[in-house]
Amino acid sequence: MEEGEGRHPTEKVPLEKIDEYTWRIPKYKPGMRVPGIVFANKELLEKMQNDRTLQQCTNVAHLPGIYKHAITLPDGHEGYGFPIGGVAATDYNEGVISPGGVGYDINCGVRLLTTNLSEQDIRPKLAELTGVIFDNVPSGLGSRRKDFKVTIHDLDSLVMEGVQWVIDKGLGWSEDAEHCEEQGCMKNADLDKVSTTAKNRGLTQIGTLGSGNHFLEIQKVDKIYDSEIAKIFGIEHEDQVTTMIHCGSRGFGHQICSDYLRVMERAVHKYNISLPDRELACAPGNSKEAEEYYQAMACAVNYAFANRQTIMHWVRQSFQQAFKTDPEKFGLKLVYDVAHNIAKIENHKVNGEQRKVWIHRKGATRAFPPNHPEIPSDYSVAGQPVLIPGSMGTSSWLLVGTEKSMQLSFGSTAHGAGRMLSRSAAKRRFWGGDVKKALEQRGIVVKSASSVVLAEEADPAYKSVDMVADVSDKVGIATKIARFVPLAVVKG
Amino acid sequence: MAEQKRFEFLEHTADVYIAAYGRDLAEAFENAALAMFDVMTEVATIAPVVKDIVEVAAEDEYALLYSWLEALLVKFDIEDMLYSKFKILDLQKTGEEFMLKAEIWGEKFNPQKHTPKVGVKAVTYHMMEIVKETDNVTLKFILDI
Repeated sequence: MEEGEGRHPTEKVPLEKIDEYTWRIPKYKPGMRVPGIVFANKELLEKMQNDRTLQQCTNVAHLPGIYKHAITLPDGHEGYGFPIGGVAATDYNEGVISPGGVGYDINCGVRLLTTNLSEQDIRPKLAELTGVIFDNVPSGLGSRRKDFKVTIHDLDSLVMEGVQWVIDKGLGWSEDAEHCEEQGCMKNADLDKVSTTAKNRGLTQIGTLGSGNHFLEIQKVDKIYDSEIAKIFGIEHEDQVTTMIHCGSRGFGHQICSDYLRVMERAVHKYNISLPDRELACAPGNSKEAEEYYQAMACAVNYAFANRQTIMHWVRQSFQQAFKTDPEKFGLKLVYDVAHNIAKIENHKVNGEQRKVWIHRKGATRAFPPNHPEIPSDYSVAGQPVLIPGSMGTSSWLLVGTEKSMQLSFGSTAHGAGRMLSRSAAKRRFWGGDVKKALEQRGIVVKSASSVVLAEEADPAYKSVDMVADVSDKVGIATKIARFVPLAVVKG
Repeated sequence: MAEQKRFEFLEHTADVYIAAYGRDLAEAFENAALAMFDVMTEVATIAPVVKDIVEVAAEDEYALLYSWLEALLVKFDIEDMLYSKFKILDLQKTGEEFMLKAEIWGEKFNPQKHTPKVGVKAVTYHMMEIVKETDNVTLKFILDI
C-alpha cells in the first residue's frame, strides 16, 4: 500500500498569524463557539497540517460551554476526537466533560529523579545498573513481577489513596507524595464506578512500564538554562545523573476510557448534544454521567501515580543492588511527577472573571506559576516543574510553569515530541538492531523487550522535542530550566 | 484488492491502522482478530492448542467489531492468552442487537516463544469503516498503542 492511501482526506483549515509562534483558527464554521489557537513555529505547524490536528482543534471549538479557545500546543498531532497536545476548558455547569479530551491512557505521565552522581561515577556500572533495572521493572508485552501482587481489596485502597498507599506498603519515602501533582491522589476516586473488566485488567498490570512510547531512562543534565531555579528542583550541575520514568494507568485506565466512551455516546443522545464528530462524545458537566466518569477517571489517575511510584521504588532498589549502597546515599529524590492526560476542575480567569471549569489536558502538562496553592511549598518561589520527555535517544526537558500560561493556555504547556512518522513507515525505514547499534555508538546503553518497538520508536519518527520546548519557552507558557540526554534506555 | 491477503497495516502517524478482509463479515472479523494479535507478537508462533468461546453483543456492527476485539484484548490482559485461530460460529442481528459467537484457539503467552512486539492499549472507533461489497468485506480500524 502506498504512503497516504487509506487516509481520510484532510480539509484546509484557515489560519490567521498572530505572531511568530501563535496562530488563530477563526470561527469559520457556524457551530464553532470559540476560535482555535495553535502555538507552533512554521515547521511544527506544517507537520500539523499533514494530518487532522487542526480539524480536530476546530471540532473541539464546537464543545458546549467551551471558554476562550480550543488550544493546540506545539507538539499537537491527530488523536482520538481531540488532538493530542491540546487543552480545552468548559464551564463547570454549562459545559461538558469528554473522555476523548483525556485519552485512553489516563494520567500517562512522567516523573523525574535526581541523583548526586556525575556521569563518570556511573559509567563503569552503567550497563550493570541498566540490566538490573530491566530485570526489576517489568517492561514490554505481558511482563509483570511474580512477587508483587495486588488483590481486589488492595485495588480499592490503592485507587483511593494513590501514591500514599504504595509508600505505606514500604515502596517509597514519606516525602515522595508531596512532589506529585495532586500529591499523588485525586480525592474524588470511587472504584464502584469502575467496571469489573477494568478492575481485572488493573490487577495484573500495576507496577509495569508497558510498551510503545513508554520508557525509563537514566539521563544526565546536558545544559542548565536557569541555575537558580534548577537548584530549587535539585538540579545542581551539568553531567549530574537523573532518571526519568514515563508510563501511565495501563489496561485499567484504557478500559475505563473505553467503558465511559460508550456511556457518553448514550449521553450525547440523551441530552441532545450536537457534535461535529462522534468521537467527542461527552456529557453535561452537571450530569450523573459526568460525575461518574470523573470518579472513575480519578481511580485511573491514582492508579497511574501509584504505578510510577512502584516503578520508582524498584529503580531505587536497582541502584542499591548495582552499587551495593543505600539508595539515600545517591540522592534519588523525586523532583516531580506530572500527568499528561487528565481532566480537572480548576478555577481560571476568563474575561476578567473567575470561572470554575472542566480542564481537559490531553497530551498537555499543567504549568502553574510561582506561588500557586496547588504546587509543593518548597517549589513555591520557583513555580511548578514541567517535564517533557523526548523520544527514545533524544533529549528530555525540565521547564517551569509561568503566569503567562494561566493567561494563554489555562495553565498548561506541551508534553512531548509527538510522532510524525507512522509506525509502519518507521519499521520500513529502520530495523530494531540498527536502532540499538546507533544508540550504543553514542554511548547509550539500550535494553528493550522488543526489537519491533525499537524500530517503531526510532528517533526520526518523532518531531524535535527541543523545538517543542523552545516554542513553549518563546510563547511564555513555560520556561526552560534544564535539558537532559540519555545515558541508558529501558523500553517495553 | 488481493484476495489472499487476510489483513494489512495502513499508514497512521501515532497508532496502528488495520485493514482486514474477508469473503463475508464473519471472515473479516476473524482476520481483524488475527491482525490485532499480529501487532502484539508473531501470530505464526501462537499454537492453537487451547480452545475458548467468546460471545459479544452490541447495538450495531461497528460496536460489535469494537466489542469483539476488546473481548480478545481483555483475555490477553487478564488471562495472558494469545490467539491465532478464530472461527465465527454465529453472527446475526436478533431484535435490536447484533450478536457474535466464536470459537478461538491459542495458548498462554510465553515471551521466550512469542517474541513481544507492541502492547495494544485499546480498540478505537477512530476512522472505523465496514465496507461490504458483493463478495468481500473490508474492515478498517485503529488500535491505540
